[in-house]
Order: sequence, then structure tokens, then C-alpha cells
Amino acid sequence: MSFQVEITPENKVYGKTPLLTDNVMHYCPGCSHGTIHKLVAEVIEEMGLQDKTIGVSPVGCSVFAYNYIHIDWIQAAHGRACAVATAAKRLTPEKMVFTYQGDGDLSAIGTAESIHACNRGENIVVIYVNNAIYGMTGGQMAPTTLLGMKTATSPAGREAAIHGYPYKIAEIVSMLDGVCYVTRQSVQSPAAARKAKKALRQAFENAMAGKGLSFVEMVSSCNSGWKQSPVDANKWMEENMFPFYKLGDIKVATEPKEA
Amino acid sequence: MAKIKGTVTVDVEKCKGCGVCVVACPTDVLALSKEVNGKGYPFAMQANPDACTGCANCAVVCPDSCLTVYRQRDPNA
Repeated sequence: MSFQVEITPENKVYGKTPLLTDNVMHYCPGCSHGTIHKLVAEVIEEMGLQDKTIGVSPVGCSVFAYNYIHIDWIQAAHGRACAVATAAKRLTPEKMVFTYQGDGDLSAIGTAESIHACNRGENIVVIYVNNAIYGMTGGQMAPTTLLGMKTATSPAGREAAIHGYPYKIAEIVSMLDGVCYVTRQSVQSPAAARKAKKALRQAFENAMAGKGLSFVEMVSSCNSGWKQSPVDANKWMEENMFPFYKLGDIKVATEPKEA
Repeated sequence: MAKIKGTVTVDVEKCKGCGVCVVACPTDVLALSKEVNGKGYPFAMQANPDACTGCANCAVVCPDSCLTVYRQRDPNA
């Protein structure tokens, strides 16, 4: 006998968390930002931190992150999210403070602020969304663009002799003593998204326990910048981004930092 | 007959038709519609609803959180 599943609250296994607003996201179809926003909102909801969380949004596509998650937000100047988060956390140490930054924001214009916040070991979480391109401004080459990757400003592909090498800021900050947790995740598949959520939870717990800075890199796709369909972009990311930006935990500090 | 079945509801006007849920579905339940929504996007729909197990893989990867998953045990079993 066949039966129809009843659409009732008891039968619901998964749906939009109430922490996400009803606004339709301005991101392109299939953009990883939407999934990452959702995971962040879910972790905050599960930890019961809605009233205690301050997010710092960057300049980039995710500049409007404050429209989508029901928490307190500060919108920082380009690249300065870590500096703003430092102030927010030091003035209100009981709050959970995180920054949400893209690769153009964190690893290009904001390198100094980010590295020094990491070195000081601020008790914040840095969520770093790396799509290897400047998505908002139309797909120009970023410091994280892979060698040989074609962008609007490197139409023949990135060449090391002219443009330098792509750099892995997660590995760089993992060498700093103030950083307690560095991990690189992605959200292109259900398994990857579930792992990324666990990593975010770990990072948020570290921040609340005062263990130092947690750095969560999300390798993500930019299908409009890469001129591909969302599904193809995810596949391209798996084939080309993951060999260079290897997924997994880069640093898990077992001992809390010395006071 | 499966003892546990699932179903998916789609917020059609929020869906942007990216198709990420379609490839994430392990039982090929979802497909993109031939019609378009108010913004001109094809939207996710259940092409093969009987195969749904309610695993919620589609909703986990949905960037626009427009999928809600329900799951129920067969009341006749």
C-alpha cells in the first residue's frame, strides 16, 4: 500500500532555520555564500547564541550578510573586519564575535589586519570564503586565483612570472601562536556541508571558551565569475581547487593559549 | 514497499534553479521544472516523488534554503 507523507511539523526533518530572514538572497543561483550563511545560522541557533552573536560583514558579495541572518551585525570597511571584530570582542567579551570575509577582503586588502588579529589571538572566529576570484566586481584575478586560471584580468591564465603565485592564507596563519584552530572546508556536497557545519561549531565553541582565534576557510565556487553553471562550477572546484587548497584540519591546538 | 518515505516541499518563488539539489539527491527524486517562477527561473520539483527517503541531502546543499523535507513511517506497516 502506498501512502502519502503528511506535511506536518512532526514529520519535518529539515527546513529553513528561523534565524535566516525571509529575504531572498541577492547571490547568484548556486552561490556557496547562501549555503555557508545557512550553516552559520544553524550553528548559532543550535548553540542558543542568537542574542549574543555579533557578525562583522565584509566588502564583497557578502556585504549584505546583515540582511539574511537575525543577529547583530557591523559592516566593516574593506578588509578591516578583523580589526572591527577585535574591538567588538574586547569591549563585550561575553559576546560571540565572528567575521565573514571573502578572499578579496581578507587575503588581499585586509591581509595586515587579518594576520595581526590572528597573531594577537583574539577570541573571534574568522570565516573566510575563498572562491579564487573577485566575484562582486566581475571576476577579476585575486591573490588566491590558481595558476593558469582565466579571469577578466588574466585572460590568458594566471602566470607565476607576471602575477605571482596563489597563496594559502590558512597555512600562513596556522603558524601563528594566537590561532587555535585552522580548518579548510567546502559546501558543494551534502557530506562536505555537514562537515563544514561541525567545523563551524568547533570554531564557535573555541571562541566562547577563549581559546584564541579560529580560522575557518570555506573553499567555494563562483559560478558567474568562472562562467560555468552552478553544478559544473562545483565539479570544477573539486577537480582544480581541492588539489591546491586541500580540505581538512590544518591546525587543532590541544592546549589553550597561555594567558 | 518502503517503510519510511519522505517528501520535499519547494518554496517556488525563492528557488533560483541552480540545480545543486538535483545532483545531491541520491535517489534522483528532484528535477528542474519546465515552467519558470516569477523571476524567470526554473525551479526544483519532485519528478519521482515515490523514491524520496527524506534524507534531506537536497535541503542541506540548497543555497537559498527553499527546500523543506518531511519524513514519515508507513502507518499501514
